[in-house]
Amino acid sequence: MVVWTDQERAFIQDIFSKLNYEDAGPELYCRVLIVYPWTQRYFGGFGNLYSAEAIKSNPMVAAHGIVVLHGLDKAMKNMDDITVLKGLEKALKNMDNIKNTFTALSELHSEKLQVDPGNFQLLGDCLTVVLARRMTTDFTPDIQAAWQKFLSVVISALTRQYY
Amino acid sequence: MSLTAKDKAFVKAFWGKISDQADAIGQEAVGRMLIVYPQTKIYFPDWTDFSLDSPQVKKHGKTVMSAITDAVGKMDDLIGEMSSLSDLHATKVRLDPVNFKILSHNILVTLAVHFPTDFTAEVHVAVDKFLAAVSAAIADKYR
Repeated sequence: MVVWTDQERAFIQDIFSKLNYEDAGPELYCRVLIVYPWTQRYFGGFGNLYSAEAIKSNPMVAAHGIVVLHGLDKAMKNMDDITVLKGLEKALKNMDNIKNTFTALSELHSEKLQVDPGNFQLLGDCLTVVLARRMTTDFTPDIQAAWQKFLSVVISALTRQYY
Repeated sequence: MSLTAKDKAFVKAFWGKISDQADAIGQEAVGRMLIVYPQTKIYFPDWTDFSLDSPQVKKHGKTVMSAITDAVGKMDDLIGEMSSLSDLHATKVRLDPVNFKILSHNILVTLAVHFPTDFTAEVHVAVDKFLAAVSAAIADKYR
């Protein structure tokens, strides 16, 4: 069972409160598709992804980034609740029950989307870089540690239904 | 995932911008690594201070980052040029290869913190590939 200190909860909530989803979401997905181009295999229906410029101006890429951040936000907000919700925002809202909160999303990613779970780590690393750029020196090592712990719990929950 | 001419150009240009802060970047990257991935402390059993400002962290950060900065000028033959460093890591340090990715990630985070505008997606992918190539060169003699 994951144990969160009060300080870790505060750090994670603070990160989300300062994060502009409409801005960071598109940046996140652009970076993932440019830095790890093999991830483009999952976005065949997104149209033109043939160059960095095309990716940066693709509206579907931008929209998907925002969806993913809302999913993480839910995890944060449900740290102490057992309700099953959708999206990544859930993780924030469900920090004490991320495992169960993500059951449906995990099944979706494994059975329907068939995303290689290795990609969750890649996306997590990109999001960490996006946060580092935006928060600069406010992204202290202690905050980075809490953030990466949160990410690893979300990734573990998303990977759970694969087995 | 070999370095293209474009990758090398991006890395050289970006390193030109950061080189006067290289030591500090190395210090912070090592410092972050020790805090975010505490298992990495096992490689420094005689250290007494693992904080960001510790003289030990500062010195090690400088050592590592100097070698990486050096490697920027050796991108055409990293394996050949880093051969003796590879021997050192294979026989003396015996650093588990998983740690190359860990340190590289913390270097990227530190670069993003201090150069948010310059660290574009294109620079990010080029530097990530460069660090992976350096890691492969260091691990070359492992077995």
